[in-house]
Amino acid sequence: MSDKLVTAQAINEHDKELLADLQDALANCMKCGNCMEVCPIYKELGTETAVARGKLALMEAVLSGKIPISENFDKWMSKCVSCKACTVKCPCGVPADGLIVRGRQAAVKARGLHPVKNYVFKLLKNRTMFDLALRLAGLFGPLSFKKLPRPMAAVARFPMPGLDKRRVTAPFAASPLRNRHPEVIKADKPKLKVGFFTGCTINYIYTDVGQAVIDVLKANNIEIVIPALQHCCGTPIYMSGDVEAAKLLAKHNIEVFEQYKVDYIIAACGSCTEAWKIEFVELFHDDPAMKARAEKLAQKTYEISEFLVDVVKIDKNKLGPVNATVTMHDPCHMARGIKVTAQPRQLLKSIPGLQFVEMKEADRCCGSGGSFSLGNYELSRKINDRKIANITATKADTVATSCGTCRMHITDGLVQNNQNQDVVHVIQLLDKAYKAGQKK
Amino acid sequence: MEKQHIDALKTIVGDEHVLTSVEDLHCYSYDATPGFSHMPDVVVKPATTAEVAKILALANTGKIPVYTRGSGTNLSAGTVPTKGGIVLLMTRMDKLIEIDTENLVAVVEPGLIVSDLNKAVEAYGLIYPPDPGTVTTATMGGTVSENAGGLRGLKYGVTKHYVMGLEVVLANGQVMNVGGKNVKDVSGYDMTKLFTGAEGTLGVITRIVVKLVPAPEARKSLMAIFKNLDHAGQAIAAIIAAKIIPATLEIMDNPTIRTVEDYAKVGLPVDAEAVLLIEVDGIPEVVEKEAAKVMEVLTANQADEVKLAKDAAERDKLWAARRAALPALAKLRPTTFVEDATVPRNKVPDMIRAVNETARKYNVTIGTFGHAGDGNMHPTIVCDIRDKEEMERVYKAMDEIFSTAIKLGGTLSGEHGIGLGKLKYMEDQFGPVTLEAMKSIKRALDPNLILNPGKLVGEC
Repeated sequence: MSDKLVTAQAINEHDKELLADLQDALANCMKCGNCMEVCPIYKELGTETAVARGKLALMEAVLSGKIPISENFDKWMSKCVSCKACTVKCPCGVPADGLIVRGRQAAVKARGLHPVKNYVFKLLKNRTMFDLALRLAGLFGPLSFKKLPRPMAAVARFPMPGLDKRRVTAPFAASPLRNRHPEVIKADKPKLKVGFFTGCTINYIYTDVGQAVIDVLKANNIEIVIPALQHCCGTPIYMSGDVEAAKLLAKHNIEVFEQYKVDYIIAACGSCTEAWKIEFVELFHDDPAMKARAEKLAQKTYEISEFLVDVVKIDKNKLGPVNATVTMHDPCHMARGIKVTAQPRQLLKSIPGLQFVEMKEADRCCGSGGSFSLGNYELSRKINDRKIANITATKADTVATSCGTCRMHITDGLVQNNQNQDVVHVIQLLDKAYKAGQKK
Repeated sequence: MEKQHIDALKTIVGDEHVLTSVEDLHCYSYDATPGFSHMPDVVVKPATTAEVAKILALANTGKIPVYTRGSGTNLSAGTVPTKGGIVLLMTRMDKLIEIDTENLVAVVEPGLIVSDLNKAVEAYGLIYPPDPGTVTTATMGGTVSENAGGLRGLKYGVTKHYVMGLEVVLANGQVMNVGGKNVKDVSGYDMTKLFTGAEGTLGVITRIVVKLVPAPEARKSLMAIFKNLDHAGQAIAAIIAAKIIPATLEIMDNPTIRTVEDYAKVGLPVDAEAVLLIEVDGIPEVVEKEAAKVMEVLTANQADEVKLAKDAAERDKLWAARRAALPALAKLRPTTFVEDATVPRNKVPDMIRAVNETARKYNVTIGTFGHAGDGNMHPTIVCDIRDKEEMERVYKAMDEIFSTAIKLGGTLSGEHGIGLGKLKYMEDQFGPVTLEAMKSIKRALDPNLILNPGKLVGEC
């Protein structure tokens, strides 16, 4: 990372277009401060630099040449969980979440990526190397991670860069999901054919979710294609401001999925789904041909709960009893990104024996923010503590959610707060219900 | 500011509560008022009255300006640090100290968010009535200092009607207590009222005793549409003349109606000259009776359409239009000035007509909505502050709006305060004698002129 200060003039010369369209969008913020009510970071830090209004003011100040893009600017731009609560709240319709990503983009252009991110993203850009690294992590994981006496939980045996030593994560899978299944999972006279975008967490870590997705689709007589060459959706890279790298991954995924004749693309993660439905299209806003291709696939992309309820319209009579008291956490990208909150609840409530209890502020960010919690563990813990308190108040024994990093962060929070609730994906409970139904 | 002062501040509150980076300072250079921005030298976040006292003593000796600030949602540039110095950020002092259900009072620290107080007293069947539009963000200290109002002002009044006592740190760092829990208290000057609405120019509020009232058991909402503005004006007067004081009596003018309809599609007729929204609250039987009476008065005053909400869902639907007023106007253009010129309620139609005339004259976009029942109008000017030529017209229109309000026997501010935004009109409203009396008070309490200098009463 360079320490030299970069002035607005320098960026202006570097990328005039970026500046021009930001200026208009930023001017629309009337500084009313309504974003303060809903920003989880502001609630913990209590300073203007933490909230959208302040961050947009900093970007305006950079554009007008009042302040340089400094290490501090970079730091404050990074202090955002991208939960979109400010954008939903804004009376002027300012898309603050996206603008902050643009601010990060400017910082990346001016100062370069953080060395750790730079290293990880380089690895991520190379699909083969990335796959190998994570498979090795799965094979050698037990050497460096100690499993905890609860499902899908482990702590590091040695200090690791970017990982707090107390932090509970999930073990890498010994064998990734995509290695366990053929590329095409046939069905007898299938009524539909779907492409399954697994995303990284489901492929390398939460293979239990991927298995549940496959089993539920099979139970509904749907043919599944899991394209072998698919790769990370790029959201973590996009959110960090490395737009060019995000475009590479988006293009790769679009090209891979275009080769298969599928009726729908499904994903079991709010962020991955959002990438396909929204980000890919936005990334190619200045490339009409790619944009059209992205749009075509975006239209047939569904999050799994949304797909089962809205498209498949599953037969709920096939579900057997699951005895659990379940509360639900809405991941930010489900609630405010793709706006899917009713369907997962509908699925859970249709399971016999399952008692559903709504928690307070179910759609408030859990503090994970995808990779945000890696660089801001203490802060993400504080946000998470509020979530854990809301979970505990429901007296539920199970927390259902639809995002891998939320699941990991909530599991960590429960362990840190001496709680023992189970954290699962919505689809795992549905899978259990299908299996219980078959036993009937 | 000298380094020794910054070091001294760090000793008082701790290093992490003194902000000096250019990024932090820039983020405290503004509030919610467009067109005003100035960098402070330092931002300090005290946690106790004792810390505030030490900070003020230091500032007073060093003649350093101090700008006390909460969430910075104010609309008159009252917290912009125009002369540099210290921004005193009170958000760490956010405790709810006491809810006294026997005396119906609450004691709070200034950094508490207003709606957090309301959430806490709700459990006891009580409310704290002042409800500015920013109720979920604004701090108690800020709303007391700005004497904030809100939608319920007609029946319940503004903040000053609920402040019973204060702990204030004076400019020299001494701590003063005024008022308290006594419902009847006529001893001495009313210092509590003096510091309420003083916009941080006389002292720093560190503790507030407020009055709570029983929550209304029932409420009913009505909407009336008028093709003729004068009929709406007559209806407002007639409702009050019928001895009904609604909790809320709101008006939207034609430019606002058209904008709201265009944006939110709530089914308002775009040719209507005014929409009135009325809510009565209280004991169920009385609410029923009052709602019926309001309905009768509206019809008698030639309302073209009257709707009465039967349940909560219908009530929400009616209020959706009013809630959309500011967002709809704000989305038209990048810059939004929400003014709060206020007139006696029988002059509301005259004021609206004058504002619309001014908008035409200077070719600027103004929508007017607001609290018709108490005459508190919100002429909302939308423009682009980057367009110099347009801004000249906007500022001329603004001058005319405020002089019209004063001519109609009104006041510069119904709830947003004076700050810097309306400073230049103060003499027009008060005349030299009153303004000089106000300046004498300022000079007596803050001889070194360190507290929010240049605001409210101007240079002293």
